[in-house]
Amino acid sequence: MLEKDLVIVGGGPAGMAAAISAYENGVSDILLLERDQYLGGILNQCVHTSFGISYFKEVLTGPEYSGRFINKVKAIDKIEISLKSFAVNLTKDKILTFIKPGLIQKLKAKALIMATGARERTREMLHIPGARPAGIFSAGLAQKLINIEGLLPGKEVVIAGSGDIGLIMARRFVLEGAKVKAVIEIQKQARGLVRNVVQCVEDFEIPFYLQHKISRIYGKNRVERIDVARVDENFQEIAGTKFQLECDTLLISVGLIPENELIEMAQAKMDKKTNTPVSNELNKTSIAGLFVCGNAFRIYDLVDSVTKDSVLAGRQAAEYLIRGSGRTIPAGLK
Amino acid sequence: MNSYDVAIIGAGAAGASIARELSRYKLNIAVLEKEAECGFGVSKSNSGIIHPGTQNPPNSLKGRLCVQGNILTRSIAKELGVDFQEAGELIVIFDERDLPRLLELKREAEALAVPELRIVDRGWLKENEPNLSPEARLALYAPTAGIISPYRLVYALCENAVRNGVEIHTQAKVENIISLSPARELNARFEIVTLKGTFRASYVINAAGLYADDLSRMAGIDDFTIRPRKGEEFILDKKKQNLTRHLLFPLPSKTSKGILVIRTADGNPMVGPTAEDAKDKDDLSTSDEGLKKVFSSVKRLVPAIDEADIIAYFAGLRPVAGEDFIIRYEDKAPGFINVAGIQSPGLTAAPAIARMVCAMLKKNGLNLRKKIIFHSKRKKPIHLFNIPLSKTQRFIRKDASFGDIVCRCELVSAREVSDAIAGGARTLDGIKFRTRAQGGRCHGTFCTTRLMKILSQETNTPLTAVSKRGLGSEIVKEERTP
Ligand SMILES: Cc1cc2nc3c(=O)[nH]c(=O)nc-3n(C[C@H](O)[C@H](O)[C@H](O)COP(=O)(O)OP(=O)(O)OC[C@H]3O[C@@H](n4cnc5c(N)ncnc54)[C@H](O)[C@@H]3O)c2cc1C
Repeated sequence: MLEKDLVIVGGGPAGMAAAISAYENGVSDILLLERDQYLGGILNQCVHTSFGISYFKEVLTGPEYSGRFINKVKAIDKIEISLKSFAVNLTKDKILTFIKPGLIQKLKAKALIMATGARERTREMLHIPGARPAGIFSAGLAQKLINIEGLLPGKEVVIAGSGDIGLIMARRFVLEGAKVKAVIEIQKQARGLVRNVVQCVEDFEIPFYLQHKISRIYGKNRVERIDVARVDENFQEIAGTKFQLECDTLLISVGLIPENELIEMAQAKMDKKTNTPVSNELNKTSIAGLFVCGNAFRIYDLVDSVTKDSVLAGRQAAEYLIRGSGRTIPAGLK
Repeated sequence: MNSYDVAIIGAGAAGASIARELSRYKLNIAVLEKEAECGFGVSKSNSGIIHPGTQNPPNSLKGRLCVQGNILTRSIAKELGVDFQEAGELIVIFDERDLPRLLELKREAEALAVPELRIVDRGWLKENEPNLSPEARLALYAPTAGIISPYRLVYALCENAVRNGVEIHTQAKVENIISLSPARELNARFEIVTLKGTFRASYVINAAGLYADDLSRMAGIDDFTIRPRKGEEFILDKKKQNLTRHLLFPLPSKTSKGILVIRTADGNPMVGPTAEDAKDKDDLSTSDEGLKKVFSSVKRLVPAIDEADIIAYFAGLRPVAGEDFIIRYEDKAPGFINVAGIQSPGLTAAPAIARMVCAMLKKNGLNLRKKIIFHSKRKKPIHLFNIPLSKTQRFIRKDASFGDIVCRCELVSAREVSDAIAGGARTLDGIKFRTRAQGGRCHGTFCTTRLMKILSQETNTPLTAVSKRGLGSEIVKEERTP
C-alpha cells in the first residue's frame, strides 16, 4: 500500500498553514488533499475585507489572505497537492481512501491532520414550520452564488440568525441592490462579531430584531412571506407579538458545525454536542497521530486564529513523526 | 394535431403504472403531466410502504388491489432495478383488552388473502424488535410489508414506458377536455387542451391525483370531489438506522393507519404521517402541532426516538374521495376512465390498478395487441452509495466522472447527476430524489451551485432558469449586474 508520512485533508487556510508548518518543522513527505478544484476553502467566497489584521497586521480580503498561503504551499516541492480529491474513508490505523476523477486511492499515513472545516446549520435543524419553497438558502450558499457564480439569489431578503456570514451577507445584498428587510435573532445578543453588527447591519439601517424568531414560512413555489414573533426566556413565542414580513428570500445563519465525519468514522472519541473529537490537548484526538485543526477543531471567529491553531497542529504532527522515527527532536523546532 | 389511442392524465404512481402496462401493446400513448417532472404530485411525498393489505375494509376495492399490488410490485421492482426491501410490519397493542380488535384486523386481512399473518407475543417482540416499548404486549405480524422509494419507482416506470414508445409531456397541464363524440371517428373522441398544445385521443384515463375531480368534471362527470388529507412526516438521521427492524404501527383508527415508525428506502428512520383534512390542494406546509403529535405518538411505540435527530420533514396530501378508490369506465362519457381517490395504499395498489384499467379498456373496445418486442427491463442506475468502496474502482476506471464527487454528504458523483438528467431530471428536486445529492446533512449548501451548472449545461438552459421544482421555483432571481 502507498505510504505517506503526513496527509492533510482540507486545503483551506487551516490545511495550508498546517502543511507549511509541518514542512518547516522537518516533514518532507506531505500530501495535501482538497476536494474543490482550487485551494483556499471558504475564503474564496469571502471577498470582503476583514482578514489578516492580527496575523499579517494588514487588512486583506479572503482571497488575498488565502492567496499568500497558496503561493507558499505551491512553492514547496515536498508538499504534493491533490485537488478534486475527496476523502471518503478513514480507519483507526490511519488508512485513508480518497476519490478523485479517474482514481480511487487507498494509502497508509503515518500521521494525519484533518482540516476539514465546518458546515452551516440548516433550516431543517431549526424546524421552522410552514412551506418548503425555493428561496431558502444558508448564508454561505447565498455568498457563493453572489461572489463566485455572479448570480443574485433574491431581491427582498430576511436573515434568520445573526452569525457572521449572515451579517456580512446583509451588507452584500444591500450593495447588490436588494432590500434586506430584517435580521432576526432568537437570542438576546447577536451571534456574530460586534464589528459585523455595526458595519453590516446598523450602518445600513437594517432592522435588527433580537429575541425574535421566524415562526412560519409561506410560499408555494418561492418564499412569499414569513411570520415573526417575539420569544420569552425559554424561546417560546409570546402571544400577540406576531407580525409578517414579505420577502422572496430567507437566509439561514445560525452557526457552524465542525465537519468531523471522517474522524468519527475512524472511531476517535467524539463529543456529540459539538461534533468535535474529545481531546485533552489542543488539536489532538484519541487516536495517536491523528490531529485536527481550524474550524474542524473549534469554530473560530477569525481566520487569523485558525492559522495560529493550524501552525501548532503542523508542528505537533512533525514532532509525532520525528519521535516515531527515533530521531531526536531538534531544539529549534518552530 | 397528434392523435393517440390513449391519453393518460397524470404521471404519478397510478398514471405511470398504467402507461408502463399499456406500453406492452401496440398503441399510441401520451402521458400529460402538469408538473416539470413525473411523480411530483402525491407520489413524491408519502411513506413508501408496500402494504401487505392489512387495515383495509373487507370487500373494499383498495384492499383487493393492495394485496395484488404487493405481489406485482416485487417483480416490477426487480425488472426496473428499483430496490425493494421486505421489512414486515407489526401492528402493536399495549393492552390485552385490544386483542379482539387485533384479531378482527387479522380476520379482515385474511379475508382479503393477506398471507402469513400471525399474532406475536411479548417474548417474540423483545427478541425481534428490541427498541420497541417494553409496554407493548402483542402485535399482528405481517411479514410481506415492504419498503420502496416511491419517486424512484415512478421514475423507473416512466423511463421504461418511454423506452417502450410512450410519449411523456411534462409541463402540460390539462385545461379542458372536449368530447368530440359521436360525430368523429373512434380515434378522436376527445380533444384535450393543455398548456403544451392540444392532443386528440380515443380513450382518456384520468389519473390526476388531487385534481382528478376537476378533470372528471371537464368530461362531464361530477359525482365526486377530492378532499386533500394532509400527512406530515419527519425523517431522522441515518446514524439511527438500526432503531427498528420492522415497520411499526399502532392500532389503526377509522381515518388512518395511525402514526408509524418506519424507514425510507435509503435507510433513514421516518416517523409519521399525521392525518388532518387540509383546505388547500397545494398546502404542503408542516406545523409545530404536527411535529408534537407525531413525536408524542411514536415515542409511545419506541421511547428512544428523539426530535434532535430530525434531518428533514415534509407533508403530503392524500387524495380522498370517500372511503374507497374510484376506478371506473364512465358510460356517460364513452372512452373516459376515472382513476380517482387514490389514497393510501395507492402506491402499493398502482400496478394492480394498471391491470384493472387495461381490462376495462379491453372490455370497452380497445384492441390490445402485444408488441413483439417489449423491453421489460431497465438497467439499474449506478449509485456510489450502494456500492462498497472496494468495488468503486471499477466504475471510476470505466468513467472518470464517477470519481468527480459532487455531493459530499451522500457521496454522489458528477456521472450520477448526468445519468439522472438523462433519465428525465429537470429540476434540483428531481436530481435529489434520484441521486440523493442535497439530501444529506448540509442540505445542498455545498453542492447546489455545482448541480445548477451541470443541469444548465446538459439541458442547455440558463442558470437563472434552474429551479427547485419547476416554473416559479427558480433558485436565483437574476444575474448580478456588474
Ligand atoms: C403522507 C402520505 C403517506 C402515504 N403513504 C403510503 C404508503 O406508505 N403506501 C402506499 O401504498 N400509499 C401511500 N400513500 C398514498 C399514495 O401516495 C397515493 O395513493 C399515490 O401516490 C397516488 O398516486 P396517483 O398517481 O393517483 O396521484 P399523483 O401522484 O398525485 O399523480 C397525479 C398526477 O397528476 C398530475 N395532474 C394533476 N392535474 C393535472 C392536470 N390538470 N393536467 C395534467 N396533469 C395533472 C399531478 O401533477 C400528478 O403528478 C400515502 C399518501 C400520503 C399523502
